[in-house]
This record gives sequence, structure tokens and C-alpha cells, in this order.
Amino acid sequence: MTGQTLAIEGLTATAVIDGQRHILVDDLSLAVQQGRILALVGASGSGKSMTCSAALGVLPPGVTMAAGRVTIDDVPYGATALRGRHVASIMQNPRSAFNPVRTMRDHAAETLRALGTMGADAEDRIAHCMQAAGLEEVKAVLSLHPFEMSGGMLQRMMIALALLGDAPFLFADEPTTDLDLVVQMRILELLEKLVEERRLGVLLVTHDMGVVARLADDVAVLDHGRLVEQAPVMTIFHQPGHPVTRMLVNAHLSLYGMEAIA
Amino acid sequence: MSLISASNLGKIYRTHSLVGASAGKTVLQDISLSVREGETVALLGRSGCGKSTLARLLAGLEQPTTGEVLFRDKPVSGLDRSDIKAFRRDVQLVFQDSPSAVNARFTIRDIIAEPLRHLTSLDQGQRQDRIRTLLNMVELPPDIADRLPGQVSGGQLQRVCIARALAVNPRLIILDEAVSNLDIHLQASALTLLARLQRENGIAYLFVTHDLRLVRGFASRCLVMDEGRIVEESMVADCAGMTHPASRLLHAAVLPPLPERTGKRLILSGQAL
Repeated sequence: MTGQTLAIEGLTATAVIDGQRHILVDDLSLAVQQGRILALVGASGSGKSMTCSAALGVLPPGVTMAAGRVTIDDVPYGATALRGRHVASIMQNPRSAFNPVRTMRDHAAETLRALGTMGADAEDRIAHCMQAAGLEEVKAVLSLHPFEMSGGMLQRMMIALALLGDAPFLFADEPTTDLDLVVQMRILELLEKLVEERRLGVLLVTHDMGVVARLADDVAVLDHGRLVEQAPVMTIFHQPGHPVTRMLVNAHLSLYGMEAIA
Repeated sequence: MSLISASNLGKIYRTHSLVGASAGKTVLQDISLSVREGETVALLGRSGCGKSTLARLLAGLEQPTTGEVLFRDKPVSGLDRSDIKAFRRDVQLVFQDSPSAVNARFTIRDIIAEPLRHLTSLDQGQRQDRIRTLLNMVELPPDIADRLPGQVSGGQLQRVCIARALAVNPRLIILDEAVSNLDIHLQASALTLLARLQRENGIAYLFVTHDLRLVRGFASRCLVMDEGRIVEESMVADCAGMTHPASRLLHAAVLPPLPERTGKRLILSGQAL
């Protein structure tokens, strides 16, 4: 069994601000393979999150996808068909991603209803996904509201919800940026384990080259909405080709007091 | 003489309602530390360990439940008017969340001018000169002064907050996760800027963070906090040898500088074929 490949092809997203047309993502193409992690890196505002949102059809108001398509093994898919079923996603801020007045049980039920898979085995499947995400005390956690949980627990719950659809691909948009480093370490370990056990194909959006070094197989570098370099992680760190890649790697290495790459 | 110090600080928070006070929640216990002129001390710890509360106590924004904060060896609670003014000028605080640390209806100019109006005797013209100098110091263009906080990026607004803290020539800046929200390359350049200002003006920093990476090369000494106490102190050069479990955990959580796996996952998936 070889894995599927999800490809984003010729994606262009534009916004009209004060009557002027701005290109936020410019003719971007990349491919995510099952069982591998592709990191999408770049400075704030380079279009990383916009790429994920456009591919999944959840662009903010005022931004339109002007061109491009998403395919899985060369078969084009609409955003609605992709979302949840083929591509699950987790967001940066677990604190604001949950409904504050709903329990975790309600959130899980809502996800299953949206997927149309609210069968008799629902409780078992929820429990199974929560355990896979490292939430062992299933019954206790299901009755909690978001404010009763830590950021790390909420992020695990978000991952559990993402696993419910059994989607082969996962878009993770800055999944650990708001967490403290110890929690970050555990969430990254969890993601790695899920990729190995479930052969998930992950598009990992991050600005932290440390996260890239820890987890990614391949790296795509964005600058002002344009893909400027794509290469295996070793090449990105040891022989970066584009000036933007070099800047990101050097700034990262300077935090470790390490020599800049020429 | 230490610039600022704390002796046996403790802080207990209580919530009060109609039926009376709740049981106290102890946030800080038995904290003693000191920061000398021109020194950079890092205060490390996980979320919720009490770092920010300690920062607020040291800056005088809140009062300790027990113990004392000393400014130039004098208890802050007993300072006279002129000493209090000196304390407020000499100790500045930069917060993590810059959008909520500024008035959204003030222009960048008004934001930086505020401490100048209250804590210095500069006239209008001198204040404008000072604002230009400060913007230049934090490498922001002068025309940014007339914009509102919502019209600049997060990284720019954070530098505005640093400029505001620098405005009155303080002797100590408490940086409470002040660079954590920035992109890594902006974090690195913000720290380079702060280190340069320290060389030029001899400012001291108390650098509150959970990221051990940022401490190297910036601070000289680090204190590790856990559950409201300082559990370990070390020179940064020796911080790899820290032994407390909380310190070890922070160490283990540091992300690798370079990728280590060479196609391990490729081999795993190859076996699955």
C-alpha cells in the first residue's frame, strides 16, 4: 500500500483593500504525502495560514481564491468535500477555538454529526481518538468545559476531534505556538507518533525553525505569498538556497549561539 | 548596592464575594532575589509558575502579601514622594501582549509621550525630539508616530512598547515574555537591540521567559521558578548543569538547533510497504 498524495496546485488568493487588489498567495503549488510532514515556514504575514484557509475554503471575508485547485492522487476535490473527511485541521489557539459554554462531549458530538457518522459506536470512537491524543481519563474530560482545561489538554482534545474523521491528511496551523515549551514538546511527540502509527500526511505551518528541525521531513519556504524554496529538511538547514531561507535558518541558529551559514 | 531586590516575597490571592473571602491561593512563596546595575537576570519557568506575578510585584503594580521589595536597598512601601517618582522612572515593565498594553485610541506618538509627560520635565518640543530618537533607537520609521496601534504589525507595536519603556532612561526594564509573541527572527533582533542598549547605557534587565534558548547569549544569570518558588539559580554559562527537576524539564524541552533524524520515517514507512 502506497500512501495518497494531496497536491495544492497554482493557488492564488487575493484581497481587495481600499479599492486596491493585493495578492496574498501567489501561484503556489505544493504536495503533502501520507506518512510525511511538510513544514510551511515564513515570516508573519507571508501567507502561510492563508494557504491552508484557501485550500480548505475557509478564507476570511474579503479574501477570494482567484485560482488553483486541490487534488488527491490527481483527482480534484472541492473544499467542502475535503474538510474533515480528507483533511482534518488543528488551529493555533486552543483557548478560542472551542465554544466556551459547551462541554467536550458536545464538541465531539458536533464533529460526528458534521461528519454524518453519529452511529451507535460513537462513544467508543470518541474514547479511542481521545486516548490516541493522550487523553486517558475520557469520561472525566468529556464533561469538562474549556475553562476547566489547560492549553495543552485543549490542544490534545482538538487533535482528538481532528482524528474522529479518520482523514488521511492533517493541516496543523502553528499547533504549539501558544503553549509553554514543555507542553509543546509533548504535543510534538504526539504528532510524530500519529504520523508513524496512522500514516497521516501533515502540512505543518510554523514560524519556529526549532519545530521544523524537530519534526519536519520536507520544508516549503514562503515569502510575500510566493513559494521561494522547497527541499528536504537537511538541505534547508545545511544548504539553504534562497536568501529568505538563509535568514530564517540563521536567525534560528543565532538563538543557539551557533555559526551562521554563509 | 543592588538596584532592586526582593526579600521573602509571598503573594496570596483571595476572591471575595457576598458570602465572604475564599481560601487563599498561594502564588508566590519565600522569593528572594536581587538585580544589580547593568546586569541581565533571566527568570525561567513554565506557564502558571508565578513569573508574571513576581514581575508585577517588583514593578510595584501589586503589593506583596508578605516580604518586601527593595529599591536601592530601601523598602518600596516606605519611599517618600521623590523616591517613588525615581522608582517609577527607573523601573519599567514591558508586557507580552502589546495590543492590550497600549491605549487603542492613542497614536504611537501619544503612547511614547505619556511617560515623558508624567515622569520628566521636557517641554513639547523636547518631547517630540525624544520620540524621534526613541523610534530610531528601536529601528522604527519616524512616520509611524501618527498611526494607531491597529495600523501597525505586532512586531512593530512590541518595539513601540520597548521605546515607551526606554523613554525615561530607566535603570531596569522588566521584560515579561516581551519577545515571545514575535517571529523568531524578530525575537533575535529585539534581543540584539536590547543588548546593544545595555552596552551603551548600562540598563539592567530582568528577562522573564519560558524559553531557555533566548537566555543564552543574553542573560548572565538565571533563576528557575516552579510552583511559586525559586528552585534553582545558576550562571547562564553553567545552566546546562542545573539539577532541579523543573530545570531539567525546561532543558529537555528546548527544540533542537538542527534536524537530527535522517530519513528514519522513510525507513519505517518502507517497512510498512
